[in-house]
Amino acid sequence: MEFLDHFGAVFTWSSMLILCAGTVGGLLLGATPGLSPTMAVALLIPFTFHMDPAQGLMLLGAAYTSTVAGGAVSAILLNIPGAPANIATALDGNMMARMGAGARALQICFISSAIGGVIGILVLIFLTPVLAAWALKFGPSHLFWVAILGVTIIATLDSKSVVKGLLAGCIGLWIAMIGADTIQGVERFIFTEELEGGINIIAALIGLFAIPQVIEMLEGGRSDPRRSVFEVRRANVWRSALETVSKLKALAIGGIVGTVIGLIPGAGGQIAGLVAYDQSRRFSKVREKYGTGESEGVVAAESANNAMVGPSLVPLLTLSVPGSPTAAVLLGGLLIHGIFPGPDLFQQHAAVAYAFINSMLIGQILMLVFGLAIAGVSAMVIRVKPPILASAILVLAVFGSYSVQHSMADVAIMLALGVGMYFLAQYGFSPAPLVLGIILGPIAEYNYVQGRILGEAQDGIAAYFLTGWLNLLLIGLVALSLGFSLYTEIRARTDTGEAAA
Amino acid sequence: MKMTTIAAAALAVALPAGLAVAADDYPNKPISLMIAYSPGGATDFQARIVTMVAANKDLLAQPIVIINRPGAGGRTGWNHFASKASTDGYQLAAYNVPHFIAQSIKFKVKYNIDNLEPIANWGADPAVLVVNKDSKFNSVKDLAAWAKDNPGKVTVSGAGLFVGHHIAFLQIQNALGVKLSYVPHKGGAPALKSVLGGQVMAGVNNLSDAFRSRANLKILGIADLQRDKQFLPDVPTFKEQGYDVDDSSVNFRGIMVRKGTPQAVIDKLAKIAPAMFANGRVAKQMRIGGSPIRIMDRAAVKKMWAERQTFLTGLLKGLK
Repeated sequence: MEFLDHFGAVFTWSSMLILCAGTVGGLLLGATPGLSPTMAVALLIPFTFHMDPAQGLMLLGAAYTSTVAGGAVSAILLNIPGAPANIATALDGNMMARMGAGARALQICFISSAIGGVIGILVLIFLTPVLAAWALKFGPSHLFWVAILGVTIIATLDSKSVVKGLLAGCIGLWIAMIGADTIQGVERFIFTEELEGGINIIAALIGLFAIPQVIEMLEGGRSDPRRSVFEVRRANVWRSALETVSKLKALAIGGIVGTVIGLIPGAGGQIAGLVAYDQSRRFSKVREKYGTGESEGVVAAESANNAMVGPSLVPLLTLSVPGSPTAAVLLGGLLIHGIFPGPDLFQQHAAVAYAFINSMLIGQILMLVFGLAIAGVSAMVIRVKPPILASAILVLAVFGSYSVQHSMADVAIMLALGVGMYFLAQYGFSPAPLVLGIILGPIAEYNYVQGRILGEAQDGIAAYFLTGWLNLLLIGLVALSLGFSLYTEIRARTDTGEAAA
Repeated sequence: MKMTTIAAAALAVALPAGLAVAADDYPNKPISLMIAYSPGGATDFQARIVTMVAANKDLLAQPIVIINRPGAGGRTGWNHFASKASTDGYQLAAYNVPHFIAQSIKFKVKYNIDNLEPIANWGADPAVLVVNKDSKFNSVKDLAAWAKDNPGKVTVSGAGLFVGHHIAFLQIQNALGVKLSYVPHKGGAPALKSVLGGQVMAGVNNLSDAFRSRANLKILGIADLQRDKQFLPDVPTFKEQGYDVDDSSVNFRGIMVRKGTPQAVIDKLAKIAPAMFANGRVAKQMRIGGSPIRIMDRAAVKKMWAERQTFLTGLLKGLK
């Protein structure tokens, strides 16, 4: 309970001011497509140079938590996930916004984010010593199976057609192969030097989600054919809170999945939202409503991607090993203040370390307050005339993809992928499984290649990948996931067969 | 912004005479420094520290802005720099030796030591050989003896191919005269994680990162010519332990410009940059960040680049 003693440092005027600034800034940065949590934290580190260490880290902690939630705003209102973590939020959240329930979707999203976030931070506070050792156990073979587990989701993510989902996933895997691969240094599918660094995931994400929409909006002229209602319904915060809490199963699944995936170094929080969304759908009574504007999907996705924030810092704070890109940037932020994370962090720098963690806890509350405050206003976005909205999205898309690494090549890649996605969408493909392919391809490949080298040096490749309880457990999960997909697919087919007969 | 830089570059090519006068009031606008690695990495982290006082009146009197252009182990950024950067002194880049020299030997890239001009060196991070604290190896000798009986079974992690860690691995393998298995990772941090998590038996990593994790590691040897007195005074070099591994894998970091930059601008930068690195605030931040400083002037870096070029050409010749 030592962390309680350090709350005093957070509740001072200057600290609260910094926390509020970090939270609001984080929400805005997160809501801007292209500015991922990693980028936001990297941008803020220079501002901490002149602060004292505790306050500098409070700023970073608050910004990290709120950017993750902020990414949901553009996902829900514009169907452009602010970061890969928010893809699953867009699936149902945007449908809700199109039906005029954008404000309710945002409220539910912020409430479940805060609940998930608090769960994650509490895990970080109480279970760090236990979990640190466990997180380190994840080697290449385990990460390979985690990635394969993610691939099994691809099939069911696109609810319209399993085959099209898989095909989109394959296209994603192929896009991920472009560029010089980091292990062998071999160049693949590089026709111009702009492609040498590979396809940037953020640029791809923006292009695949935003551009098809822009084109569709322009096609429709002044009326948006996909929008079914034109008034924005006001939403009551308490009713939204009640609705969120009533989805206890989705919250629990989101919290657990987010925590576990956050702990695994290298898997990254990018897939936490998607995995939780998929799991929650499988256990849901209203399974078939997912993807049509079911608030339960938003709850599962958002509670998961915020629950992942706390645990993703476990390996960083105890072993100085960053488990995700954002954690790597945070490590820089810690080092710049002379704080070396490690087993003795909480003895040597207790004041600073606990101020950092506590600020993330308070940050969740502030994020909730500010998030709810903007929810009603920002949902008005849906009333903007399509041509104006389309041009605004286009500006954001170009800005977002350029800002990732200051490269016009990324803008060109973003536009090309977007136009390609527009044509694919005409044939019933959706971008989510494609992006999942782009994310999972490199994880699976990189860990397979590493595992092969390790296996060859030791007892053989098969022994390396197929023995050990953790490998077997993960393989079991893969089999379960595949079996479940097949089962529902077959049952759905026999159902329609009977109806037709 | 890029269009203007291209336009500026085109203008610079068209009007070489116009640039000669530029050095007097150089710099009169902010300068950019391209980092070929992601934000948060050691190079990015150190570059942000060593350039934070650039705007001081007695130094450049203009701020230096960091721009990250990561990808393909640094190749994306350096390729872009060597072919597209302006030569007016307003676009600088950070170099990592031996990385960029080794890449220019092994890959078809647009950069080499001849089309880049060093300005000054700020840091040197030697490679160290580490094992988990529970490992059965207590010295390089233990590891060598076990590897002799089990050729190819000792797995050693490091950050990627043809980077400092890989060069150090190749040198260690040659010096020990046994076969080891190199396991490339995506950067130094995941490579160190594999040692801590017991996925590999040993690892080559940065001295600064190993120093930070020393509670969970045994650091067996430093691939440098002398011990590190500031951070790890008790860890012997490979030479002290009787293995012929020199400082060729030491990760040198510094600033460079494109060839074609006016000599007057290069001279001015080369005079100011070492003073900037030696600034008291910079030194303090580098020390508390656990990053070893090694300031070298332009002439010394030029010599070091040429030496590495010769050495690496020989070392990498046999590799496919």
